[in-house]
Amino acid sequence: MGTDAKLSKKDFDAGVDVRWCPGCGDYAILSTVQRTLASLGVAREKQIFISGIGCSSRLPYYMNAYGFHTIHGRAAPIATGLKLARPDLDVWVITGDGDSLSIGAGHFLHTIRRNVNIKILLFNNRIYGLTKGQTSPTSGRGTRTKSTPGGSIDNPFAPLPLAIAAGATFVARAVDTEAKSLQEVLMAAYAHQGTAVIEILQNCNVFNDGVFDHITGREIKHDKQVQLVNGKPLIYGSDASMGIAMDGLGLRVGKIGSDVQAALLLLHDQAASVGQAFAIAQLEEPVAMGVIRAVAQPTYDSEVTARRPLREEDKSSLEALLRGNDSWSIGARIKI
Amino acid sequence: MSVQEKIIEKVVVRFAGDSGDGMQLAGGRFAADTALQRCDLRTMPDFPAEIRAPAGSLAGVSSFQIHFASSPIDTPGDFVDVLVVMNPAALKMDLSSLRKTGILIVNKGQFTAKNFAKAGYPSNPLEDGSLDAYEVHAIDISVLTENSIADLGLAPRTVARCNNFFALGMVLWLYNREIDVTLSWIDSQFTKDTTIRDANKRCLAAGFALGETAEWAQTRFRVPASHLPEGIYRSLTGNQALSLGLVVAGRKAGLDVFLGAYPITPASDILHTMAKMSAAGVITFQAEDEIASIAAALGASYGGALGVTVSSGPGISLKAEAMGLAVMAELPLVILNIQRAGPSTGMPTKTEQADLFQALHGRSGEAPVPVLAAASPADCFDTAIEAARIAIKYRTPVIVLSDAFLANGSEPWHVPSPDHIAPIDPHFCTSPEGFAPYKRDPGSLARPWVRLGTPGLEHRIGGLEKADITGEISYDPDNHERMVMLRAEKINGVKREYGPLELYGDPDAKTLILGWGSTRGAIHGAVSELCAKGTPVAGLHVRHMFPLHAELLPVLNRFESVWVPELNLGQFGYVLRAHGASHVRSLCQIRGLHFRVTDLVQRIEQTLREVQHGN
Repeated sequence: MGTDAKLSKKDFDAGVDVRWCPGCGDYAILSTVQRTLASLGVAREKQIFISGIGCSSRLPYYMNAYGFHTIHGRAAPIATGLKLARPDLDVWVITGDGDSLSIGAGHFLHTIRRNVNIKILLFNNRIYGLTKGQTSPTSGRGTRTKSTPGGSIDNPFAPLPLAIAAGATFVARAVDTEAKSLQEVLMAAYAHQGTAVIEILQNCNVFNDGVFDHITGREIKHDKQVQLVNGKPLIYGSDASMGIAMDGLGLRVGKIGSDVQAALLLLHDQAASVGQAFAIAQLEEPVAMGVIRAVAQPTYDSEVTARRPLREEDKSSLEALLRGNDSWSIGARIKI
Repeated sequence: MSVQEKIIEKVVVRFAGDSGDGMQLAGGRFAADTALQRCDLRTMPDFPAEIRAPAGSLAGVSSFQIHFASSPIDTPGDFVDVLVVMNPAALKMDLSSLRKTGILIVNKGQFTAKNFAKAGYPSNPLEDGSLDAYEVHAIDISVLTENSIADLGLAPRTVARCNNFFALGMVLWLYNREIDVTLSWIDSQFTKDTTIRDANKRCLAAGFALGETAEWAQTRFRVPASHLPEGIYRSLTGNQALSLGLVVAGRKAGLDVFLGAYPITPASDILHTMAKMSAAGVITFQAEDEIASIAAALGASYGGALGVTVSSGPGISLKAEAMGLAVMAELPLVILNIQRAGPSTGMPTKTEQADLFQALHGRSGEAPVPVLAAASPADCFDTAIEAARIAIKYRTPVIVLSDAFLANGSEPWHVPSPDHIAPIDPHFCTSPEGFAPYKRDPGSLARPWVRLGTPGLEHRIGGLEKADITGEISYDPDNHERMVMLRAEKINGVKREYGPLELYGDPDAKTLILGWGSTRGAIHGAVSELCAKGTPVAGLHVRHMFPLHAELLPVLNRFESVWVPELNLGQFGYVLRAHGASHVRSLCQIRGLHFRVTDLVQRIEQTLREVQHGN
């Protein structure tokens, strides 16, 4: 069974009207997700998309695969139950900053610490879009919204450092419209065994337009982002003149030669210490893009699977289970 | 003088002591030995929510009651014939349940000035004449235990933990038993520390021998075996029975059983029991909270397993939103509510039936869910299987109501042969031919259940309103009304699965005593007693709280009066009146305790008198 012929991007398109606002960053992400699945050559019927509530969580409707649009914040535990019951399936979680870092923050952290083999695509637009513009747990201090007319006084969560602190075995960051690097990150996440957290910086052009312009703007992006390549030094800038080195427990960022010695430039290591991954994930200028951390650890689902019989004929006898070990008999024919 | 032997038909024994005194263990072993005597029996453990309340305090008293008989019995017993108390606090808490002239065995060693103060006794109750109405045997169990194992070099605290086996030995002697079975049980349990093992065995033997040598009681009793049908039996608590029932249902349907749970009293034992059943194909998942536990169970159902979640009232409140999603997604799910006294944290170890309204109505929108209530510990097994059967056939969440009384209480269970339990067909949709996610089976109105991974059937579902048949998102007013009606009609159709209603007592009486859930034993006992006394009443017990049995209202209307004894402020009575049975009235009790048969008999008699006087 299954799909023999190689599928194209179009084969993953559910063919229904997409109902995001025109110009929304979600269109670009949807397109890249469809293209990535096609290039991975995976079977459509094995791809399961679970989402919570919010604009991002509409994505499963647009994928020609199995999909379940669930309730606010709970996509991760629903995906967990699914993956434990059906380890043979590929389970993707589609969520946003409100869904996973506010109402579902607890589940987000616990899913990560268990290392269930599911892929979490966190669309971070730093705003509540579907409810028409309230501050979100990733909105910066001072963000003016309908619910914070005087500017937000909350300190924001940084999703990836949070994930690393919870024990994440895979964290990565990408930009909605940067199709090539987003696809690379998605492919790496798919190959990873364990919970993969991918923060996608996504522009909400209606309620929070341009919130990432200072990072993603075409003119400045090379100066404001560092592209992580495993084994390569952390160099960035339009003329590759800037670099990053370890400085005690933190990082030193600056001009190579004057601020940072070329010989001491940090070589990116996806399996480096938690502290190093945390420092890279926290960088605000430049912002680290690509796979920040990828380490091999046993997955929760494989441990569950190893402890139980998978075939009907290997299961213990019902008769013995029902009798237990403290039974007695009444009647002459049955021996105690 | 020699000890006499007396044959009796039934007896109620209660062990009571401090939470650290091992009363649950002593009671449990006495019940196991009683089961091997082939008596009918019911047990009722009662313990504080605190793990170790201050020693000697009233709050720390833990007890275990067992009713056993050579004839069929209904309840753990109203009043105690033999009460064993290990300290003054236990005497204070439990004496009121001992019938006059009953046997009171007291551990005199703990009756000290310090312990009187903790229990609030101004003077020694053993010496002030307050116990004259009882047959008191004040024995220094503490010192006798110490003497039995003095040479083993155990710490005083460890020695004191053997008091329970000494007391158990005394009671086994009193009921003319042998100690071999309990000795071998100790051998099998205390394998790590052989000194403790030997200490417990010696104390059991010493307690037993005290009867032979000291003849502390003049009469020993024997309760003959009862005439239960031939077969294999085991003693089962309600929580064990629910667990077993679900595992059997999963196997009969060829589905993996997935339990998502979060620890909560008195439901946690279901997680513990099922966690040991992985060899039978059960997956258990201790989630980070109640919401995650039901969400994971629903995720498993979505994948093609039998998802189950368990909690008690406060946890069920947290699961409400996910239940609504299961209603909308039309996926099988079994939700077990082991009710306890509420609201809020309430009294976690005490029983109550006050979550009926929550089960029937505790969701947003028009969200009908079948609700079943188990009647006895053993009935939990059948109820669980029926719940799974309905959930799978109708693609719906099903709520099962149990409670603390059933969860921890036990009774002999006639172990069925797995072959005699009907298979369940999950009827997965496998063919793309004519497939639509919400195209319903014309008979059951159930939608197709697709096992994920099936090629050609990829589709999307969710909590948004569905267009009829296609399952696409729809805000169309006519469609919404149609879908609400279809979901309601589907669940209403579940009643076609029910067996016939069975009246008992005097079916021609003018008054019907209607029960539901865990009160069946007490109500059956009361109805039988009233009929025997010449007061004709009929009895009927309901498992299906929603949808109601099609014949229920016609049957109720045949009676002049219908009274519903329930452990709440009249919830089922309210439901029945709402369905048009205006003559129904509830007999309520809400004390965290179960009905006593004698109390029910009195209340029914009193209510009958009121009715006769046109009150």
